[in-house]
Amino acid sequence: MKALLVCEYREGKLLEGSYELISFADRLGVEKAIVLVGSENAVPKADARVYLANAAAWAEYNPEIHRKIVLEAVQRESPDYIVFLHSSYGWDLAPRVAAALKAAQISEVASLQDGKFEVSCCNGKMRRTVTSATERTVVTIQAGAFSFSGEPRGVPRVEMIAPPVAASAVEFIGYEAAEKKDVDLAKAAVIVSAGRGVGKKENVAAIDALAKALQGELGASRPVVDAGWVPHSHQVGTTGQTVSPKLYVACGISGAIQHLAGMKKSEFIVAINKDKDAPIGEVADVLVVADVNQFVPALTAKLRK
Amino acid sequence: MKILVCIKQVPDMESKFKVNAKGVWYEETDLAFRMNEYDEYAVEQAVQLKEQLGGGPEVTVLSIGPDRVLEPVKKALAMGCDRAVHLKDDDSSGKDPWQIASAIAGFSRDKNFDLIFTGMQSQDRGSAQVGAIVSELLGCACVTTVVHFAFNDGIVTAKRELEGGLKCIVRFRLPAVVTCQLGLNKPRYPTLPNIMKAKKKEIVSQAAAGFAATEALSGTGEFYVPAKKGRGIILEGDVNEMADRLIGILKEKTTVVR
Repeated sequence: MKALLVCEYREGKLLEGSYELISFADRLGVEKAIVLVGSENAVPKADARVYLANAAAWAEYNPEIHRKIVLEAVQRESPDYIVFLHSSYGWDLAPRVAAALKAAQISEVASLQDGKFEVSCCNGKMRRTVTSATERTVVTIQAGAFSFSGEPRGVPRVEMIAPPVAASAVEFIGYEAAEKKDVDLAKAAVIVSAGRGVGKKENVAAIDALAKALQGELGASRPVVDAGWVPHSHQVGTTGQTVSPKLYVACGISGAIQHLAGMKKSEFIVAINKDKDAPIGEVADVLVVADVNQFVPALTAKLRK
Repeated sequence: MKILVCIKQVPDMESKFKVNAKGVWYEETDLAFRMNEYDEYAVEQAVQLKEQLGGGPEVTVLSIGPDRVLEPVKKALAMGCDRAVHLKDDDSSGKDPWQIASAIAGFSRDKNFDLIFTGMQSQDRGSAQVGAIVSELLGCACVTTVVHFAFNDGIVTAKRELEGGLKCIVRFRLPAVVTCQLGLNKPRYPTLPNIMKAKKKEIVSQAAAGFAATEALSGTGEFYVPAKKGRGIILEGDVNEMADRLIGILKEKTTVVR
């Protein structure tokens, strides 16, 4: 069995997550080949064939060209699995490749259970194993689920793929950098984060008060930022900041994987949630089953004494 | 201009899920259903575009599933969609993304939609595949995970959300499929007059089977509650007592509370 690993490249660099693909293939126990639309200065260190197409000539993001390059590598390598990260790149490209091959796609694999692919569903509350009925299978893996340990080593055997001539309907204009941070959560010893469970904007003040009582910073989950209750600079998670404070207090946060990815390395995690089954419970050292709007003010008052 | 919005009905994610008799998905009894959150942004963007163009575009909302999906369909009509198509399938939860996408593409093929909006994923299945497969089947452009959308003189400028707050700016022409990420806009609440108006809007019901691929490419082996990995202490009961206990634990286990 063989896996073709679709590595990621952005702004001159190989993305770290690319090594998680290698780790996944190793755990699956299959041979590996790699395809990368990137640069010869950023080829993954692995003992594998690397199909390389030069991103500089073709714009870094161009789904149609990238799709054709991956399909070219599939044709040359004839893999059983084509593996992407479950990331903005994988979301975009994997289903196109799967559809073009009429292959099954198994999204966001979180673990291997006796060789079966286990995925998370229902906002992290349930799991299912997914089976493929096709000869080739496209897989996207959950970020962080197959983390790579140690120093990457190995000598890639690079084979160039000439980017195909393809008219493209989507034109890449450029990147827009993240908003300037008015708060550097990475440095905070304590972070108290507000989630959807706080109910409304007015209730964020009580969460902020707890953060101050603990001499920490206010954090937030995505829905709270999207609703405009807290600025984006406070967002914790995949699309915000990744943090590992001494104490993380999640207030009314259910624990979507994108949030967990940003905070699960915290030294001590307290979750306050009225839903005892919320996935945040999986990473919490203490789960307080309560309405945040009742519990948080009571806790703050006691801490101030 | 013709716009299609594809929406899915999903359970409220705060629900307690139970495994169904077949052991492959959740038991529906006792669940409260609502519109998939990502799809609310899709509906809102379609309606905003219609408003921007002086009401010219016709917005069709489409949903696949049993009769219960008419509820979010009616909500979408009350939010401003013009008409609805219900692709009836009592076993839609047993279909894989390929089958769902092929039903949407099969229905759309001869309709000449200029834009197809949908959510970037569903909250229950979370496969994040359907929109991109639809574009592949229809052979049109596709832009995923969109957090900003602007239409001017036939050209769309959109921002895709990447990791760590970075965004990717793209430009494209129609026809295209656009998959919507949370935060793209502020989905409106239907007003009472609009809910009343929506009652007069057309809902066409057709069997999904006429459009969908017959064979699934992937299937569910098992569906189950994850083994509890929770290593933590669970506190329940009186708020003041829990607060005291928590402070005690924090004093013992961390260095930040003294």
